[in-house]
Amino acid sequence: MDKRLWWFLAIGLVVALLVAGVVSGFASGEPDGLERVSIDQGFDETAADHALGDSPLADYAVEGVEDGRLSTGLAGIIGVALTLVLSATLFYGIRLYGRARRGKEAS
Amino acid sequence: MHIPDGFINIPTSAGFGAAALGGVWYSIRRAARLLDDRRIPLAGLVAAFVFAAQMVNFPVAAGTSGHLIGGVLAAVLVGPWLGTLVLTVVLVVQGFFFADGGLSALGLNVFNMALVGTLGGYLIYRGLIAILPKNRPGTLVSAGLAAGLSVPLAAFAFVLQYAIGGEGGVALTTVAAAMGGVHLLIGIGEGLITAMVVGAVLASRPDLVAAAPKVEVEVMARG
Repeated sequence: MDKRLWWFLAIGLVVALLVAGVVSGFASGEPDGLERVSIDQGFDETAADHALGDSPLADYAVEGVEDGRLSTGLAGIIGVALTLVLSATLFYGIRLYGRARRGKEAS
Repeated sequence: MHIPDGFINIPTSAGFGAAALGGVWYSIRRAARLLDDRRIPLAGLVAAFVFAAQMVNFPVAAGTSGHLIGGVLAAVLVGPWLGTLVLTVVLVVQGFFFADGGLSALGLNVFNMALVGTLGGYLIYRGLIAILPKNRPGTLVSAGLAAGLSVPLAAFAFVLQYAIGGEGGVALTTVAAAMGGVHLLIGIGEGLITAMVVGAVLASRPDLVAAAPKVEVEVMARG
């Protein structure tokens, strides 16, 4: 893989980390479109608590970190790392699967 | 746009869950044909970026916010089938680690955003790029418009689900009008962010934009 591609990927990752780690702290806390509609139309109360609502990263906050922006930013950085690792693993698996299928078709 | 548990009844959620699973499996089969060494880290980066961007809610109207879905962005950058998988991974991470989007609603959310929003939006993109000039402005306008329209498209997929198994008994026309209106506004943000990011990648590495018109990629790679 060429060096320039690695540079592109590295810069892209830094941008993603900055967005999740810093910019996220300045995001609007207002309800999103679907939440707003559910409140206005009165079906927001049908929502149940999330089954994993007590998990350590629930609602994009790290359990035990009191400062709001820091907590959101840390959760964001962990999320970027998790997403990167999980998706790359999935895609690597799919590539192996694709190769195996092609191998079978060829023989 | 992440549906929590409870909005849509379990049988309907299960039905759309099965449809989502089918769509994801089909995407895996299609993606398996074209994945190479270069695209694996690139698609991983796109997933990480979409996760990050989805955290940034922007205000759209009094007391309402929206955030990027990123389906059309992912589809334009890595192709539609990897695009649906990118969105699926993001939704799984959000649901299981961040309590964002109900677990019983995961299939509904994958159906709306990873399949309808991403593939529907990508079809709009292909339609637009076919009639608009195949250069950078044409690509950016197509990507931006398609991304903008993908948001109300995904919102109407929710309306369909609400029509089949929604709780709370609100009139369908009311839900449809409210969902359409607010998501048209959120779509403006979606379109602008998508055009900006696709523009940045086109400017630095046009060869990495999977769905860019061939002509432009060749011209820019030479220049």
